[in-house]
Amino acid sequence: MMSDVTIIDYGMGNLFSVKRAFEHCGASTAVTDAADGIRTARRLLLPGVGAFGDCMDNLRRRRLIDPIRDAVAAGTPLLGICVGMQVLFEEGDEFGLHEGIGLFRGRVTRIPGGGGRKVPHVGWAALVPARPWTQTAFEAVQEPAGAYFSHSYAAQPADSDDELSHVDYQGVRICAAVRRGGITACQFHPERSGATGLQVLAGFLRTSVALES
Amino acid sequence: MRNVRVIARLDIKGANLIKGINLEGLRVVGDPREFAERYYREGADELLYVDAVASLYGRNSLIDLVRATADKLFVPLTVGGGIRSVDDVTALLRAGADKVAVNTAAVKNPALISEIARRFGRQCMVLYIEAKASGSGRWEAYTDGGREHSGLDAVEWGIRGAELGAGEILLTSVDREGTGKGFDIELGRAVAGAVDIPVILSGGAGSAGDIVQAVDAGAADAVAVARVLHYGQASLQSIRALLSGAGYYARPI
Repeated sequence: MMSDVTIIDYGMGNLFSVKRAFEHCGASTAVTDAADGIRTARRLLLPGVGAFGDCMDNLRRRRLIDPIRDAVAAGTPLLGICVGMQVLFEEGDEFGLHEGIGLFRGRVTRIPGGGGRKVPHVGWAALVPARPWTQTAFEAVQEPAGAYFSHSYAAQPADSDDELSHVDYQGVRICAAVRRGGITACQFHPERSGATGLQVLAGFLRTSVALES
Repeated sequence: MRNVRVIARLDIKGANLIKGINLEGLRVVGDPREFAERYYREGADELLYVDAVASLYGRNSLIDLVRATADKLFVPLTVGGGIRSVDDVTALLRAGADKVAVNTAAVKNPALISEIARRFGRQCMVLYIEAKASGSGRWEAYTDGGREHSGLDAVEWGIRGAELGAGEILLTSVDREGTGKGFDIELGRAVAGAVDIPVILSGGAGSAGDIVQAVDAGAADAVAVARVLHYGQASLQSIRALLSGAGYYARPI
């Protein structure tokens, strides 16, 4: 039987937590590192930790970028988390300029430090809606909601309509989540954000049902 | 708004949650699974497990506990105690940990810090410093559960660890640990002021007020608390309310 969510394993990060969190939401999961697994998935999850360039190199080496683009173009819902969100943008400037997958317009840049603002940004922050969350994965998120972040770089969406939510990090506005069509992406870790995060994952499962039929 | 994390620290020996004073005289408190679940429900921002005897016997008995925790508790989980190699880290992450706290092995082989950071990302590599006062305004880093001298100055070691790739520092005052006399504010300020990565101050909390003090005066980005929670001297709810009243972000539960 086909799994509800297919997690893309490209050697970048811890797949266990997000797998467990989806299973907690009642979804069956599979892990794939192959183009076929991606092209036939019902829903895709792109995790990611570490550097933008390393993530892109690993995706490229495993020839997974085109399968991801193809799947999204065919309507497969995709959720990106942390650096798995960042690589969906056009480019990132972590340790040199790197081309991203480019499903969202915009770039990924370093969070400005200084003045007591430490980088990496680690901890919980209040999710501020950038537009209504109805009919998105965030629909069932109860406000006020906090989510757990752990990152040094953040996306700057060029199309403000893509932004679902942002947070304030000591005076710097950070993009927390974006959505475009069937693609949703979170800078924070829904699998590590308690009840709020589980609401987002359940929301992704629910709102992407319509796209299947 | 500044966010401050309140991390529930559970020191583990075998199957038990234990607590000592100055990392010694360990007493059994109860079943770590029950305590962890309660702290998760009550809104702990993160959980921290420290295997209290792993470094002494060269083993790590936490895997089963980590797996059981990660199965149903969805906040970040850091595991420390007896981590010696990239293979140890791999095993803990596979079991469901998000970060590792490394002390003794990092002192013996600082390159391990860079290796873990490169392999799993900086956010995964927490440098664990057990510090004891060694004179006015100076602290020495200890290893093996606060028992062995390293000869390293705690502040300089923190700076070096950050340069080598540590994403956070877990800073325990061995002098204050388990005493309930309040955090070592000077220690917190010295290390947090010297590095640009987050510092988790640990050791000595006796009340919710001590935690606000650690953040206000001690410049801590997060606190790890054990005794004060285990023995019900302060609840996570009261700590969050006090932090929120002092102008810090505390997540809604």
